[in-house]
Amino acid sequence: MTIDVQNPFDQKYVESFSAGRSEPEWLKTFRLNAYERISQLELPKPDKTKIDKWNFTRFTEHVSEKAPAGGIEQLPEKVKSLIDLENAKNLYVQYDQQPIYASLSKELADQGVIFTDILTAVKEHGDLVKKYFMTEAVKADDHRLTAFHAALFNGGAFLYIPKNVQVEEPVQAVYIHDENAPLINHVLVVADDNSSVTYVENYISLREASDGIVNIVSEVIANTNAKIVYGAVETLAKGVTAYVNRRGVAGKDASIQWALGLMNDGNTVSENVTLLVGDGSYGDTKTVVVGRGEQTQNFTTKVIHFGKASEGFILQHGVVKDKSSVVFNGIGKIEHGASKSNAQQESRVLMLSEKARGDANPILLIDEDDVLAGHAASVGRVDPIQLYYMMSRGIPKAEAERLIIHGFLAPVVNQLPIEGVKKQLIEVIERKVK
Amino acid sequence: MASSTLTIKDLHVAVEGKEILKGVNLEVKTGEFHAIMGPNGTGKSTLSAAIMGHPKYEVTKGTVTLDGQDVLEMEVDERARAGLFLAMQYPSEISGVTNADFLRTAINSRRGEGNEIPLMPFIKKLDQTMQLLEMDVNMGQRYVNEGFSGGEKKRNEILQLMMLEPKIAILDEIDSGLDIDALKVVAKGINSMRNENFGCIIITHYQRLLNYITPDYVHVMMQGRIVKSGGPELALRLEAEGYDWIKKELGIEDETEDEEVGQEA
Repeated sequence: MTIDVQNPFDQKYVESFSAGRSEPEWLKTFRLNAYERISQLELPKPDKTKIDKWNFTRFTEHVSEKAPAGGIEQLPEKVKSLIDLENAKNLYVQYDQQPIYASLSKELADQGVIFTDILTAVKEHGDLVKKYFMTEAVKADDHRLTAFHAALFNGGAFLYIPKNVQVEEPVQAVYIHDENAPLINHVLVVADDNSSVTYVENYISLREASDGIVNIVSEVIANTNAKIVYGAVETLAKGVTAYVNRRGVAGKDASIQWALGLMNDGNTVSENVTLLVGDGSYGDTKTVVVGRGEQTQNFTTKVIHFGKASEGFILQHGVVKDKSSVVFNGIGKIEHGASKSNAQQESRVLMLSEKARGDANPILLIDEDDVLAGHAASVGRVDPIQLYYMMSRGIPKAEAERLIIHGFLAPVVNQLPIEGVKKQLIEVIERKVK
Repeated sequence: MASSTLTIKDLHVAVEGKEILKGVNLEVKTGEFHAIMGPNGTGKSTLSAAIMGHPKYEVTKGTVTLDGQDVLEMEVDERARAGLFLAMQYPSEISGVTNADFLRTAINSRRGEGNEIPLMPFIKKLDQTMQLLEMDVNMGQRYVNEGFSGGEKKRNEILQLMMLEPKIAILDEIDSGLDIDALKVVAKGINSMRNENFGCIIITHYQRLLNYITPDYVHVMMQGRIVKSGGPELALRLEAEGYDWIKKELGIEDETEDEEVGQEA
């Protein structure tokens, strides 16, 4: 098999890239080992979407040198609208691969909270990062794209909440994709015992790409009795092929809640996995999706129960327009021994045009007797009688459809646990369904 | 406001190839209340659906005009904005859209861009109207018709009627499934609309509703046509004697009592 990564980005390149960033030895070795695996491993196989022709790994420039003149104040309005600069005490902004802004309130820093770009974290908190970096949640060996990620990741952030610290205000990260270099972003969030935090991230493109690549791995670790609320709004542009893998590990009595607004305009493969490892752990994923144009998107949400009395919930609603297609795979897996567990899921797709395609595949895999499990799934079109009813009140067809779409997504949007994400999403949806 | 006239001439309507209306003639002016009565399966609901533009109903012959404008050429939403309204027998549910948002969108669609109703006057009018219809204040924040009881749906249709203030409304069996108290409330709402700028076609099986809303004209529909017209006294006679005397008078023999075609729509 040929190596997908083009020639300039060979083993030597990886070595010198790591050295150039003064990364510690363990990370360089980690990258090199992963690099070898890229060509040996297969692409992931998302159910019902063929991705072997998609470009996830070929690029001509690995790191863009261009940074915006004038820093954060000079960013385009559509980025600034995501940030409340005056009140954002805990904020990280990354322009392509470069950190351009980072703040953390003194109060949190004094309590030992760490929030910084991934490279700084590797250097300053090496032991902590090494402990969790692609060891518990996502593994470099999972498949070709995780190996590619491990070898070549060029951006990201690290958030650490020490034991017993409650972070009240949301911590926000904004990742901007502009130039052609791929954004290979690694986010690591660790909440130690009895701590809690809300982390919100935005991925935003500044312009359409001809052949852009974004590869995101987020690892989210909630140790004993920790609580993490993780919000994400993705608005990557048309022409960007995205691979997104967000994976959480919940310890005993820990809770991970995901609120995901996946609004990319390019082809996207997105996985969200929650491993309920500890007894009494809790995982909840809420996802809203809009497909438009000719994009193909595949969303797999999986909750795996290992711990006793663990609870996992999946709720995903998607609207498909134009010639786009959206596949929802929902997987609830209860391992042997995870007695008294509860796995519930609901996936719904609304198709707005003849050529739009939607699919919802609920899967329950259960290896234990004493459990609860349930699923609901539907794929449908806008009801013409409902449209007639709305139009008979004077509402034009396009406006009626807009209301139906908002109504369809509302049960998920309204339940998103983060107000800011909710507001942003409503605006993005408004733009996307017009 | 100038008076308006809805004119229906020789209207023929088919559903899935079967002709249901076979030449209906009717003229309704603002300021007038017309009742259309008749046994099941004679085309009453078909008439209302065809006027509003239900996608399943095909007009094969005849005309419908509002003040000379060709209604049949208009899209459904254009008909509504021209001043027509249909209170439906089986209103749709719209999940995730609140009654208040729905009404406000409908009102603003009529008023047009730049002339939207300000929020406070809207809320005030909504509150007052819901109060008159003895509706729970929470109904504004509930999703349109979702989980509503039969009676709540009917009230909600009248709420929309009163908020939208059309020129000509058609009320399709607005009384079906209502108990006497709910019927009185619905009638109160409709009567409150009575003025020279509002005309109404009330479609009903029963005289009962007409005890609370007095029509100016009563029409009897059979076999896809209006076969007899008169004043309120006609409704009283129908209540007392049924439809047989009309059948006899007109020589109609095999009037069916089948379920009305397209009722589910």
